[in-house]
Amino acid sequence: MPIDEALLERVLLLESVSEFLYREADLLDERRYTEWLDMLAEDYQYSVPLRMNVAYGETDAREETRAGREICWFDEGKETMSLRVDQLNTGLHWAEEPVSRVSHLVTNIRLEAIELPEVAVSCRFLVYRNRVADETDFLVGRRKDRLRQVGDSWQVVRRELLLDQSVLLAKNLSIFV
Amino acid sequence: MTTVEEPTGTGARQVRDLVDVRKGEISREIFIDEQIFKAELENLFPRAWLFVGHATQVPNPGDFFSSWMGADPVLLTRDDKGELNVLLNSCRHRGMRVCRYDEGNTLQFTCPYHAWSYSIDGSLVDTPGALHGVPQQKAAYGTNLERQKWGLVRAAKVHNYKGLVFANWDPQAPSFDEYVGDFHWWLDNLADAFDGTEGGTEAYRGVHKWRIRSNWKFVSENFLGDTYHGASTHASVEAVGIGPGGKGKRRHGERQNEGGFSKGRMKTSFRRGHGASDNLAYEVPYPEFAEDDLNDYFVAAWEKRKEKLQAEGRLLGGRGPATLFPNMSFAGGFPRTILVAHPISPTETEVWRWYLVDKSAPENVRDWLRHYYMRYAGPAGMTEQDDMENWDYATEASRGVVARRYPYNYQQGLGQETASDLAGSVHSHHAIAGEVNARAFYRRWAEFVDNLSWPELTELARVDDRATERDADVTDVADGVKVLDAVDVVDGPPAQ
Repeated sequence: MPIDEALLERVLLLESVSEFLYREADLLDERRYTEWLDMLAEDYQYSVPLRMNVAYGETDAREETRAGREICWFDEGKETMSLRVDQLNTGLHWAEEPVSRVSHLVTNIRLEAIELPEVAVSCRFLVYRNRVADETDFLVGRRKDRLRQVGDSWQVVRRELLLDQSVLLAKNLSIFV
Repeated sequence: MTTVEEPTGTGARQVRDLVDVRKGEISREIFIDEQIFKAELENLFPRAWLFVGHATQVPNPGDFFSSWMGADPVLLTRDDKGELNVLLNSCRHRGMRVCRYDEGNTLQFTCPYHAWSYSIDGSLVDTPGALHGVPQQKAAYGTNLERQKWGLVRAAKVHNYKGLVFANWDPQAPSFDEYVGDFHWWLDNLADAFDGTEGGTEAYRGVHKWRIRSNWKFVSENFLGDTYHGASTHASVEAVGIGPGGKGKRRHGERQNEGGFSKGRMKTSFRRGHGASDNLAYEVPYPEFAEDDLNDYFVAAWEKRKEKLQAEGRLLGGRGPATLFPNMSFAGGFPRTILVAHPISPTETEVWRWYLVDKSAPENVRDWLRHYYMRYAGPAGMTEQDDMENWDYATEASRGVVARRYPYNYQQGLGQETASDLAGSVHSHHAIAGEVNARAFYRRWAEFVDNLSWPELTELARVDDRATERDADVTDVADGVKVLDAVDVVDGPPAQ
């Protein structure tokens, strides 16, 4: 049977992207935040809009707040991400001191567009946080990433994350989702 | 031991006995106990003026915004005449929430359960929120259903204060103006634009909503005047700095050489329970921004505002954190934001945060503030994350049988209050001694929870018995003789 070269290339690309996203999750869970920052492009943009309960016919117009204009959980770039890492590294950031135990699960990874050197990737995330004793949070939702090929690896250029909660059931978002 | 004149009393147990403001001791029970929580829901929230939402969230006829008053879901609506209404979001037939959308536009709410419908269209019903349609009314009820009697329950009083919409369930309650008193200066600084334009603000779209495992009063107390916690709680964000351009301390390089945020900081505490933490005689005008165009906007706004204040013969700062009794906290400066602590149980609270911006702000100002607010406040904000850790674990560690035997200490600045010319209030010049405000808050809280009548509540609030000597600075301010350039600032510690 002849090898479908295009398909093979796509599979290899997906494998490379998946490997990158899993490694990213590991770095976060192992609290190797400085190394993790290196995985973000200098023009990195991170947005987590608010989700709302709206009528079926109004979902397109109203269900999420708009990054760039309205209040979100996050809507920021690499500079603020770096400040957040600095804050975690002070050892005085009580929301994460003692540190939480966190597992990032990344799944349903799909290549949505291949525009090398960039690719658009969609996935689902499940972030579990357990803290101190009985404090347990599940943050679940959809994610869209834009990755850029840099050498033989990738950088995250854009990340938009849709958290499946309208009222945040966690007391804060002091971990990187 | 009670701290006010012997009450008329409504039961064997007085919550006032748990709040000893003369000794500066407050029982942990009021943060933990289920019965006290129920008494709060019964006697406090249905009688107090509560913040419901911002008028700019419902700009057009038919717009609605879902909110809470205490433990009751409500709808803030704008009817077809442009009037604001606050309606209990619960069907009169079986109680189902007639609307489970956070916001939207409709002139009718139809209950999903049995389809009773309620109109806010005044051309169909006499009163917006009245019962409009009942399926098979004739077959089910004959001629016996008095539709005019079974509309959505309406808040007895609704007040739009410069866009801030408040409501009260109690027809006997005093007017909003009386309830607020001279504390309105702080609301003005929240609701007016940076250049002083009255009511010149709007809410950004998007309300932060999140759950915490804390008693709701920790939130109110924190914003009343707890400047004490800043140095330890927010040490990490002070260390990394999140000011303009990502530099400086966590706030915004507040021109310390001109007075700054902390220098001259004092507390203002109202007998009615409201309180604020800032300096009446000095106002932090604006931060120093990395971007010139931002500086231009805020400098121009400040110049206008200064003129307006001088024309009014007053010199009021008051942009720091504040709490309007019982559960609306806010800050008029940076971030300019409203926070409401909705009670769920003694140990659970849902916190909502709105953010305000000048209606006339250009895009770059709007965008800069939005970014600043998000990195500062709310559950993802670098400052507020650490507050919730404290409130949650303070609540948890106070639940124990032994812990509950030991009261909290509220003795900061005890007996050192100075009288104010603002009606029914005192000041404390201790820059970090915020507990004068907390003591007043809990005393007032206990009077409500013990269900004192409105005449009793009014009488108690008439005179502030905490201080007899006048505060010279503030007398001057209130007399309108001070000018902006001749302000004495009281020295205080450099950081909050």
